[in-house]
Amino acid sequence: MADEKKAKKAPKLADAATVSIDPATRQMVAHAQKLGIETVFDRAENMKQCNIGVQGTCCKNCAMGPCRLPLPKNGIEGEDERKGICGATANTIAARNFVRMIAGGAAAHSDHGRAVAEVFLSAARKEGDYQIKDIPKLMATAPHLGVETQVEVDGEMQDRDVYEIALEVGEAALKEWGKDEGELLYLKRAPKPLYDKWTKEGVKPRNIDREIVEIMHRTHMGVDQDYKNLMKQGTRAALADGWGGAMLATDLQDIMFGTPSPLESEANLGVMKEDHVNVIVHGHEPVLSEMIVAASQSPEMIALAQKHGAKGIQLGGICCTANEMLQRHGVPPAGTFLQQELAIITGACDAMVVDVQCVFQSLANVAKCFHTHLITTHPIAKMEQKNVIHIEFDEHHAMEDAKKILTMAIENFKNRGSEVMIPNYKATQIAGFSVESIQYHLGGTFRGTYYTLNDNIINGRIRGVAGVVGCNNVRSKMNNAHIEVVKELIKNDVLVLTTGCNAIACAMEGLLAPESAAAFCGPGLAEVCETVGIPPVLHMGSCVDNSRILLAATEVVNAGGLGKDICDWPVAGSAPEWMSEKAIAIGQYVVSSGIYTIFGGTLPTSGAPVFHDHLCKDMEKIYGGMWDVEPDPLKHAHKMIAHIDKKRKELGIDKARERVLMDMEARQAIDA
Amino acid sequence: MSKLIAFAAIQGGYKVVAEVEGQLTRALASFDASTKVGFPNTAYYLPVIYSLLGIKVETLEDLKKPLEFARGLLPPHIKLKNWLPYLGPLLDAGMAGIIAYEIKEALRYLNEPDFYIAQEDPDIENGKLWVGAADDTILRKRGVEFVDGSAPGFAAMVGAAPSPEIAKMLVEDYQKKSLYIFCAASHNGTTLIEQCLEAGMQVGWNTRIVPFGPDISSAVFALGFANRAAMAFGGVQPGDYRKMLMYNKERIFAFVNALGDVGTEWGVAAAGCVNWGFPTLADTPIPEILPTGICTYEHVVAPVAHEDMCQKSVEVRGLKVSVSEIKIPCAFGPAFEGERVRKDDLYAQCGGGRTQCTEFVKMAQLGDIEDGKVTVVGPNLGEIKEGETFALGIYVKIAGREFQEDFEPIMERQIHHLVNYIQGIQHIGQRDIAWVRVSKSAVDKGFTLEHIGVALHAKFHQDFTKIVDKVEVTLFTDEKEVAKMTKQAKSDYTVRDSRVDSMTDEDVEIYYSCSLCQSFAPSHVCTVSPERTGLCGAYNWMDCKASFEINPTGPNQPIEKGECLDPVLGMWKGVNDFIAKASRGAIKQYNFYSMVTEPMTTCGCCEAIAAMLPACNGVMTVNREYMGETPCGMKFTTLAGVMGGGASSPGFIGHSKFNVTQKKFILGDGGILRMVWMPKMMKEELKDRIIARGEEMGVPGLYDMIADETVGITEDEILPFLQEKGHPALSMDPLIG
Repeated sequence: MADEKKAKKAPKLADAATVSIDPATRQMVAHAQKLGIETVFDRAENMKQCNIGVQGTCCKNCAMGPCRLPLPKNGIEGEDERKGICGATANTIAARNFVRMIAGGAAAHSDHGRAVAEVFLSAARKEGDYQIKDIPKLMATAPHLGVETQVEVDGEMQDRDVYEIALEVGEAALKEWGKDEGELLYLKRAPKPLYDKWTKEGVKPRNIDREIVEIMHRTHMGVDQDYKNLMKQGTRAALADGWGGAMLATDLQDIMFGTPSPLESEANLGVMKEDHVNVIVHGHEPVLSEMIVAASQSPEMIALAQKHGAKGIQLGGICCTANEMLQRHGVPPAGTFLQQELAIITGACDAMVVDVQCVFQSLANVAKCFHTHLITTHPIAKMEQKNVIHIEFDEHHAMEDAKKILTMAIENFKNRGSEVMIPNYKATQIAGFSVESIQYHLGGTFRGTYYTLNDNIINGRIRGVAGVVGCNNVRSKMNNAHIEVVKELIKNDVLVLTTGCNAIACAMEGLLAPESAAAFCGPGLAEVCETVGIPPVLHMGSCVDNSRILLAATEVVNAGGLGKDICDWPVAGSAPEWMSEKAIAIGQYVVSSGIYTIFGGTLPTSGAPVFHDHLCKDMEKIYGGMWDVEPDPLKHAHKMIAHIDKKRKELGIDKARERVLMDMEARQAIDA
Repeated sequence: MSKLIAFAAIQGGYKVVAEVEGQLTRALASFDASTKVGFPNTAYYLPVIYSLLGIKVETLEDLKKPLEFARGLLPPHIKLKNWLPYLGPLLDAGMAGIIAYEIKEALRYLNEPDFYIAQEDPDIENGKLWVGAADDTILRKRGVEFVDGSAPGFAAMVGAAPSPEIAKMLVEDYQKKSLYIFCAASHNGTTLIEQCLEAGMQVGWNTRIVPFGPDISSAVFALGFANRAAMAFGGVQPGDYRKMLMYNKERIFAFVNALGDVGTEWGVAAAGCVNWGFPTLADTPIPEILPTGICTYEHVVAPVAHEDMCQKSVEVRGLKVSVSEIKIPCAFGPAFEGERVRKDDLYAQCGGGRTQCTEFVKMAQLGDIEDGKVTVVGPNLGEIKEGETFALGIYVKIAGREFQEDFEPIMERQIHHLVNYIQGIQHIGQRDIAWVRVSKSAVDKGFTLEHIGVALHAKFHQDFTKIVDKVEVTLFTDEKEVAKMTKQAKSDYTVRDSRVDSMTDEDVEIYYSCSLCQSFAPSHVCTVSPERTGLCGAYNWMDCKASFEINPTGPNQPIEKGECLDPVLGMWKGVNDFIAKASRGAIKQYNFYSMVTEPMTTCGCCEAIAAMLPACNGVMTVNREYMGETPCGMKFTTLAGVMGGGASSPGFIGHSKFNVTQKKFILGDGGILRMVWMPKMMKEELKDRIIARGEEMGVPGLYDMIADETVGITEDEILPFLQEKGHPALSMDPLIG
């Protein structure tokens, strides 16, 4: 054994047969291993997780440390005497790390939102290549930002000019990042009791940037050393994400690019086509991908592709860019976060275009093995490797940039090697469920209302609703937890709303196809899906679009019959395979919006049990929602179901609903 | 499978819209675009289109816009694999179909003006089976039945039953439950209406079996009727489609029964009805839609056995109908109220000018009468032979700890409809001018005269539990006994009348609110004083008082009138406080005696509407039955459309006909002396009272000074007449200050 240790070992390889429940992934990992190309799955075999980091109790905020405060194997009996050099307790350290993760996540979503707002403003000024496309959504959004949609002319109310409204909306939106007084305007969109809780707790964000900056200040060595106070700020920054940056991003994207409505598409690596120029767009902001979609459909680009011997241009997405292109244009996702390298390993990826977030630096190494152009486009997201091309995307020359990128891809088509291998796996999906389109589909133009959903929750056909979202994580079998959790929920009549990589995972498994309702759901949910014509899992977009879930949850409250606040009705949140700081930010804004939220894998709080309990127990008393963690997918799902049942009981809808027959007296008693 | 329904209904939507588009194109080719189109005698244009979209269709050209809207609503076809959500699209397609159907019917009125017969009952002899759209007169009259609960809802029945016997069973089931039965469309070459006729039933609005039309498109009249009720009585604004449809879902208890094969054209209509919250129950095995949401309970239930259809339909719609079990051999209920006993079916009759027929209710002491005792004094049916006439005195004695003499006329007024509720018995008139016709079919079933007593006894107990402890009924057929009873009754009538007539507003401290129609008009509050009867004509102060005592939590509540704020215009503090509360702040105050300054609110139930005529310095009024133009430039229907729904509109006031001759009628504005125009029919109806009231006010010839439509229907036409007659209004102070 000792000899072996000294000898330079060859890196271990992942077991391709067990890396994922997805056959395309298994096939491609095996293929990569055959080609001698390392992927994230192999690296995971060789990089052990830091035991102290996992617990959240490593502090490296000053140069007296890093201080490591692992939890003793047998737990702590009596007083917890662990402390860092400065005396920081495990609670303080874990809380500081936790809120810094929130800051990271909130910054990512919100900076995305800011970029969108800036493009929006240029569209409102009619500069550049973007337009104001969805006028009803603009009109619906304007009042929330204090912008009038009508103006009084000679005593009569008249509609204002659309671009005038858009300009004010853009300006008001941008102010949300840095205004010097007041609070975020969107907070008032929440149910009143929730808003009042935030007021009482003092966690209403003042502006988006400030809350993130303040986290960095408070977590600096020797500032805030009370985990409860730290979490208040964490909450404030998280709310600035969910009800601020992310929500603004969603709204402004919808106004510019169109509010999604249900459409048919496919998912998984099999969407790539051997005889087409394949361009994979990866990252998060739709500002770039929108233009690439438009350019790829232009006759000029298609002709160019054909001139270069391809039948056409096939776009595919990875991560949330995939979801953005999917929900508005039906462009199929080629894969989840963990499949990004595999898309290149097909050998058929003529260009991979990336912007921000969740982009592996290893893509450059993989691309080096193929003809693939790896193109970074965002000034804040470059890579050190030489083979990476940087084409900075500028909204004022967006179409020009998009065409330039596509041209590079097309011209690269001929450079493909012979080792093309596109796995023959893809599944059909229905995506594009926005708050608005769900409302429409719950009753049409005339009767569309969330009450239809509420009614079926009240009558028990639908047990409750779950938002299952988030990344996937190489530390567990890819997509296994995602799919097991979702399947268990729908089997128990819980309607699932999904975003992000969970949505792509569900699509790959066919759970977003309407036929899946009859196959996987409990009888009640199946019946409702059959009536409305929906899959049991509704794809609501990208990770900034978790704001859609917040608003949908609010619509349920507004529609009546299920309490007065989000925390009153049977809804739960889950991120079974989370990995990014964004997930923590989302988790916290969902919890502080009143929703029970459970994560798979681990939470970086386990090393500080008191702080952990603060998240999992105290939070419920404050906001109605709380954290939980459970790696086992079945237990995970049943914890959610237990919460849903608890809420049903509290609402008194845990029993079969009585059929109320109205007589004339009862009818006359109906309020006006 | 809902998907199959969506698939079929959406196909139906395309088919119907395309068909109607073709019809409209042809109509535009053969008629001028400015040709008037619409349903007869209504202020609501094409009511579904008007109520939901706010579009007023008046000409052929106007039909284009709603039809384009319907086209725009049509969703993509449903794929049978990897389908997109279809519930919303299904409902939209349904709505597109309904809109197209309404346009189709408007075009039928244009192309075949005589297709429908514009009256309550069809003219069977002349083959005019179909009545088409209900006009506003029917709406008002029948709408009140929806208000007071005598009609809890309607069954829209399309197609035909397997046999006339089953048709009869189905329809009678609904009649017994007091629902309206709106019929349309055919199946197997026949219609439910033809089957009912074959089974010997009477059809028409009067028996609640309404033959709308022979095609599925005629079913749209049912929806138009429901929506007009919501606009007229519920104050729902045209174009407020969400409120309109929710109003229907919550308050109009209707559903569809599909009898026969449900094709795409029925499918789209059924889908359309779901927008209203009206579910469909079919007798064929079509796919079901059971989850709730758009409708209160299930959306489509099938197949339902015919014998279960009525009960199941009512249950699915979430309706409870209490059917009173009366131990008589005939069916009993409001649906039979309007049924006539025709010459051929007449067994025997009394009253109606041929013999004396009197009805009389008298209070008795508890110890003096025996509850439930019914006596026939004189010959009964059987002894009275077929084709004979007989005299009848219906003498009801009521005793009760809470019973008062004041309740006698109220109880007596019930006799008319309660006797009419008996299937096969027709009752007309009241007091000593009643008329009762007994049919052969009733006698065949075993009906005899004491059953009138049985029915009255049972219903008085049921409806007036609080005040009625004992009821004893005597039915005199002996002529002498009838004459004796009539004499006593007449002297009592005189006493009662003078008691009510001589009461003044000053005499009492308590007025009564009436919110009977509030299930339809939530913001309107009627206040009834001795000198202002309710504007529906149905309730005077005494009735309200009795009603309150009978049912202390009912629609008539006492109002302490309180401090008088304006004796001339008629305003009291207590009343103001009450209406502000009852209207939830919408109306802060109003005057009893003025139509110019802050008049009382008006709901859709009013018998007549008065309007200012500024050029004549006077006012006019028009009753509901008068269909023509009036000098204010608006027909009754238009006025009602503008006024109804609980608005207080200076210059206009809704009132009862009787109120015109009450002493306080717009006294603050000059009283009846301002009246310069009335329809002839209304004037003649009130003749004696107008003459008397004119004399009281010092203008003996007032009756002849009031113009009517024979003089003119514009202010310009009637002004010379008024000048010639020296009408007092011309020399009064200007009506507007």
